[in-house]
Amino acid sequence: MTIELKRVVVTGLGAITPLGNTVAEYWEGLISGRNGIAPITLFDASQHDSQIAGEVKGFDPLTYLDRKEAKRMDRFAQFGVSASKQALADAEFVINDLNAEQVGVVIGTGIGGLKVMEEQQEIYLNRGPDRCSPFMVPMMIANMAAGLTAIQTGAKGPNNCTVTACAAGSNAIGDAFRLVQRGYAQAMICGGTEAAVTPLSFAGFCSCRAMSTRNDDPAHASRPFDIGRDGFVMGEGSGILILEELDHALSRGAKIYAEIIGYGMTCDAYHMTNIAPGGEGAARAMSLCLKDAGVTPEQVSYINAHGTSTPVNDPNETAAIKTVFGDHAHRLTVSSTKSMTGHLLGGSGGIEAVASVMAVAHDRVPPTINLVNPDPACDLDYVPNQSRAQTVELAMSNSFGFGGHNVTLLFKKYR
Amino acid sequence: MSQEEIYSRVKKIVADQLSVDPSEVKPEASFANDLGADSLDTVELVMALEEEFDIEIPDEAAEGIATVQAAVDYIKDKAAA
Repeated sequence: MTIELKRVVVTGLGAITPLGNTVAEYWEGLISGRNGIAPITLFDASQHDSQIAGEVKGFDPLTYLDRKEAKRMDRFAQFGVSASKQALADAEFVINDLNAEQVGVVIGTGIGGLKVMEEQQEIYLNRGPDRCSPFMVPMMIANMAAGLTAIQTGAKGPNNCTVTACAAGSNAIGDAFRLVQRGYAQAMICGGTEAAVTPLSFAGFCSCRAMSTRNDDPAHASRPFDIGRDGFVMGEGSGILILEELDHALSRGAKIYAEIIGYGMTCDAYHMTNIAPGGEGAARAMSLCLKDAGVTPEQVSYINAHGTSTPVNDPNETAAIKTVFGDHAHRLTVSSTKSMTGHLLGGSGGIEAVASVMAVAHDRVPPTINLVNPDPACDLDYVPNQSRAQTVELAMSNSFGFGGHNVTLLFKKYR
Repeated sequence: MSQEEIYSRVKKIVADQLSVDPSEVKPEASFANDLGADSLDTVELVMALEEEFDIEIPDEAAEGIATVQAAVDYIKDKAAA
């Protein structure tokens, strides 16, 4: 039996990011090469090796939620629900009794409600098990951004949460794409969210030696592909897309940002935290994505790289791109927007999909800032420091996660 | 501790825990029916009252506390004991 695959388009975007709490502010920040990294204010980081982050600033959950609703949500869920509401409003998509079962949600997160867990653990240790909040478990579990988005919007269709570390947001979008493509939903609210700028999270990531310790110069700490990079800088926030079946979008006269045409996913099966040599698994994810989309490597205009600014990721991702694209690797543009936002872990796939879609929609590619002295092993066109006008026919977005997860998405100009 | 003092402290806790306006926290108000409390809110509210008045409210007793007045009465009895 063959299933007729439906075309799937992006009709709405939402973003809560270190560069601003709307898609417009986020995009403006990206194309003007604005830095979103600063000293940590959310907790006292004076004892941590890394003391800088891309925090979301000026976010008021009461813009999207009432007081009681906001109080019952960890910050990661507040971000996810808020960005989802933005995206639905942007798409002018109304969920009602007639279509509710045809609209679903997949929102990924790397970690979930860590802040709540840390607070409750302290209560447990100091005051005993009877003082722990009845809201602790429902607030901390990773799927709650997806569950609460459904509760808040009335989306009764397929609902899921991907928890593939830093690939979670991209997995969520890819899985949602498959659901719409195969007719299980008319539209999906999908993306990633994260709020892991917390003391325990920083303790763990610092111990992994994964994070930048350029504490005295936060604005230049996230420097993907640069020889002076010394680890990733954590960010927080959420990026959400509305994916919609093409005919459905056309029938209601929706604006269409781009079409999503490919999804590739592999695993390194190699190491818990290190990327496989030469980015072997990453290369296979990109190849599978191209095959899924039925396009050739030469058609790709721009890659929004995973580009974490860790010593290990950037040359291996570069090698993987060369494996897949051959000579064309030097003709397409590649940039890491993590140079501006930091690394949102499970949220990164969400906001970077938003960036990729905007690049397709506006024919402009965001830069990699802080790229002053490229690592000799990183010799592609990373759009250093200034955004560039470029016809973006096809934009690829890469996300790789601890566990060896590799995910690639492909967006195309809608025609 | 006077009835009025208990009521005023209960009122503040309830308004805060259930995110309602203090003016809605009338003696006859039911936590579930009038103030929008669900099962999780009720557990949290009882915990907050235990902390505020430094008392223990066993689960069986907590089940019987459905209104603001019932909470005030229970606390008054406990405080007198």
